[in-house]
Amino acid sequence: MSMEPTPEEIRDHRVYADFGLTDAEYELICEKLGRAPNYVEVGIFSVMWSEHCSYKNSRPVLSLLPTKGPHVLVGPGEGAGIVDIGDGQAVAFKIESHNHPSAVEPYQGAATGVGGILRDIFSMGARPVALLNSLRFGPLSDGRNRYLFERVVEGIGGYGNCVGVPTVGGEAVFDDAYSGNPLVNVMCVGLIDHDQIQKGVAGGVGNPVFYVGPATGRDGIHGATFASEELNEESEERRPAVQVGDPFMKKLVMESCLELIDSGIVVGIQDMGAAGLTCSSAEMASKAGNGMELYLDRVPCRAEGMTPYEMMLSESQERMLFVVRPEHVDRAREIFERWEVPCVEVGKVTDDGRLRLIFHGEEVGDLPVRGLVDDCPVYERAVERPGYLDMVQSAETLNDPEIAGVQELTAALKAVLADHTVASKRWIYEQFDHMVQGNTVQAPGGDAAVVEVQGTRKALAMALDGDGRHVFLDPYEGGKATVAEAARNLVCVGARPLAVTDNLNFGSPERPEIYFQLHQSVAGMAEACEVLKTPVIGGNVSLYNEHAGQAIYPTPVVGMVGLIEDRDRMIGAGFRGDGDLVAVLGATGADLGGSAFRAVLHGAVDGAPPSVDLQAEARLQDTMLRAVEAGLLSSAHDCSHGGLATTIAEKAIAGGRGANVRLKGDLRGDHHLFSETTGRIVVSAPPEAKEALEAIAADAGVPLSWVGEVGGEELTITVNDELGIESAVADLRDAYEGAIPRRMEKA
Amino acid sequence: MKAAVITFPGSNCDRDCLRALEEIPGCEADSVWHADQDLAGYDLIVLPGGFSYGDYLRSGAIARFSPVMAALKREADRGVTILGICNGFQVLLEAGLLPGAMRRNQSLKFVCKPCELVVDRADSRFSSRFQEGQTLQVPVAHGEGNYYCDDETLKRLHGEGQVVFRYADNPNGSVADIAGITNETGNVLGMMPHPERATRARLGSVDGAEIFGAIFDFVSAGGKS
Amino acid sequence: MFVARVQVTIKEEVLDPQGKAVEGALHSLGFEEASGVRIGKFLELTLNTDDRAVAEERLSQMCEKLLANPVIEDYEFELVEAGEAR
Repeated sequence: MSMEPTPEEIRDHRVYADFGLTDAEYELICEKLGRAPNYVEVGIFSVMWSEHCSYKNSRPVLSLLPTKGPHVLVGPGEGAGIVDIGDGQAVAFKIESHNHPSAVEPYQGAATGVGGILRDIFSMGARPVALLNSLRFGPLSDGRNRYLFERVVEGIGGYGNCVGVPTVGGEAVFDDAYSGNPLVNVMCVGLIDHDQIQKGVAGGVGNPVFYVGPATGRDGIHGATFASEELNEESEERRPAVQVGDPFMKKLVMESCLELIDSGIVVGIQDMGAAGLTCSSAEMASKAGNGMELYLDRVPCRAEGMTPYEMMLSESQERMLFVVRPEHVDRAREIFERWEVPCVEVGKVTDDGRLRLIFHGEEVGDLPVRGLVDDCPVYERAVERPGYLDMVQSAETLNDPEIAGVQELTAALKAVLADHTVASKRWIYEQFDHMVQGNTVQAPGGDAAVVEVQGTRKALAMALDGDGRHVFLDPYEGGKATVAEAARNLVCVGARPLAVTDNLNFGSPERPEIYFQLHQSVAGMAEACEVLKTPVIGGNVSLYNEHAGQAIYPTPVVGMVGLIEDRDRMIGAGFRGDGDLVAVLGATGADLGGSAFRAVLHGAVDGAPPSVDLQAEARLQDTMLRAVEAGLLSSAHDCSHGGLATTIAEKAIAGGRGANVRLKGDLRGDHHLFSETTGRIVVSAPPEAKEALEAIAADAGVPLSWVGEVGGEELTITVNDELGIESAVADLRDAYEGAIPRRMEKA
Repeated sequence: MKAAVITFPGSNCDRDCLRALEEIPGCEADSVWHADQDLAGYDLIVLPGGFSYGDYLRSGAIARFSPVMAALKREADRGVTILGICNGFQVLLEAGLLPGAMRRNQSLKFVCKPCELVVDRADSRFSSRFQEGQTLQVPVAHGEGNYYCDDETLKRLHGEGQVVFRYADNPNGSVADIAGITNETGNVLGMMPHPERATRARLGSVDGAEIFGAIFDFVSAGGKS
Repeated sequence: MFVARVQVTIKEEVLDPQGKAVEGALHSLGFEEASGVRIGKFLELTLNTDDRAVAEERLSQMCEKLLANPVIEDYEFELVEAGEAR
């Protein structure tokens, strides 16, 4: 057994500081215990009080977000939030980050991210029906970034494909701000009946506590602490902190746990995610207002001579903890035996509010459950408006020399389409099994993915959005825009947005200007969620995303799920029928700040990004849903990165047909084509739907302009009667579809 | 028709196959656990896709030793219709019920996309609802679907008419664009594409349903094609 | 007790896509002299027997039956007395 420092040595040599605890926090722990903690105890406190588990830095900010709604069945605080979708059914979903692990070991880091979020969903009793991911990397011109990108995609596929949950959508952005600190956010969506909803409670004093899954190894010790630190040169050396996933075992654990839940005998169940056995046992006891005793000799171990410290802090994957009543123990064991999944009784529920650890007949740890879960200090960090904001926002984005002429503008469009952030992500999603379970009716590549709910006419739409560039340039408006865009993506397929799960990816909260970004963007998100009636039902916070002292773009990522009542009403992004009319819903202004056009053509990330009129946005989305409900539309596509020209080109590429478009307005040609004013949707509709659509838009006061018609194999766009874009759709497709494969194959 | 869909630990298309079969009026489908040893009384046995035993060692290498496989071999010898899809195809190869082996895709990447198949033989019990040369839309989703056999075996496969489906645009590097083959007696088919994912127009194609339908026709006609 | 070390490689006449990719990568890194890259598997296991002939016989069976697929793979193994194995 390795020599562990004594309580005195921990104090005198400030061993706790290596675990990320401050002096004040250590003092508080001593106070809670009434003595100095031993090694395992200080380890347990340090992970429970890490940002990852305690949200100690972000809690004041998170409290800004609206979390309630008439359809919310389970809000933040559980493994995943749950929302009603009628007929006694509900949808559970949650997003989680695995940024730091993916930076040092991209394949396993990403794979275990998928594993973790799956556990969150099925431990609520829900069957996972879809996975999505939101990815950020540095530019693909760099070999290291390509390596990270390739391995992260393989890791997500390697895990998700094996467990049989389709990966149906997501987004990927490539920007220098993420070099060295990629972002890997994974979202899972599950289906559940109301009466099956589980809570992770250790109820019933005297009930046995069971450990399910493979043996515990030394992997991932202090993963939660690791996730709450900045990345630096030494991060590479922390590789042992990265866990290895076993999707095959996960599939067995998932199926057996769902069968256990289905049998109706579970008192409480929770996954062992971050901080492993520590977090699951403490949280389950805390939620029930009980205590728990763990007999560590019984914990299955992969390595010889593992200490209580290692067992409690290991983040070995695919493990669960559950509580049943004594009379149901045999039934539970039977289920796991059939699935050949290890299941061991490791403890019992107690009434004293303590987490007690027994090892070799000795009590090696005795901690207050509430102290671990609820008493972590919360930090109101200093806030300071970053100095860069005035500088970037004052940039004169409209004074660039005009790009004019059909050749130049068409080349500009192709350049934007070939920008890796804008370009087709087919290279990614074809490596993911997006069809397993046989419900995927809208595959990746559109505005939102759509998955049917078996046995009903309903379908679920889901989208993930983040826009670090806009949030960087204006945190408040960027926060609003992120929520608005996710909702807009859902209405574009005909789904009514239900609720939000968010992942806040930021730099160090200890820096006042980063805390400003965090606070302001969350405030913006909160306002948008309020207006669009999409409460936040859960999420995750990932701070300290910095590399070599440089923070990433502030990147809140919003996952949203919507409901389509009648799947036959669903529409897609691509043009459908020749002769259909093309219309723009919403007005176009001069919004080039932070645009893809400016980044790609002028190499600058600056300017004031478009502001978001949430009332107008709500009217737009409502109009869109009414038009879908009336069956008026053939297609709809959210207008965002790359503006109208890009959006229309994407519709042509997706539909495999061209269009003649004529834009009119006061803007300069290149600005009109590429401006990124928010709150716009480009739709197509058969001519006979024209009047009805006009009536709906007029009724809501949403600007609508008919701009052209679908047909042919060419896309032409004029601005104020001057030809701007002229290209065969096939050439646009080549730019759009070929960009990422060509870059990756060239490597 | 009575059909069985076998679930190995790690199978993940078993439910999808059951659902595809249950959508055929007059078809009854059972889920059979890999530890069961009795497959008597079934007209069709499906080995579904997925990652049996995590595809550890080689795809299908461990599943072929599952208790149910002895029964499967017995039924195959008796002429019962057996359909191995994706991982099921890999299991049939490892078990020696079909010739050849699978390698990793030439691209070294997992590939999931709709795929065009060409019907090479329309006179098999799996393809009788199609015309020879007809093009089908059936998706693929695999990392190890790069079919290999030696030249002699390939000659025999072609000579005996055992190649039922070919890829129009080979997604994985398979020899001779092979997507699906039968055994010499024609009652065992292995195919990499997933017919159970092409059973409803909303999924993009109904061609997969016709493959199950052809088997249904065969069984309904008293098992003679 | 013996420790067995088994090497499984793709047969020479069978294309090894991984090996080919690695060979290409080596060439692009300037290692032009490298060729014929084959990627295989290495397995290590302990055999609870003291009879070398029996161990060899049993190990061959394991390889034929499970560890290698004779259609596309070759195998080789060595047996080391447990005490000598490091």
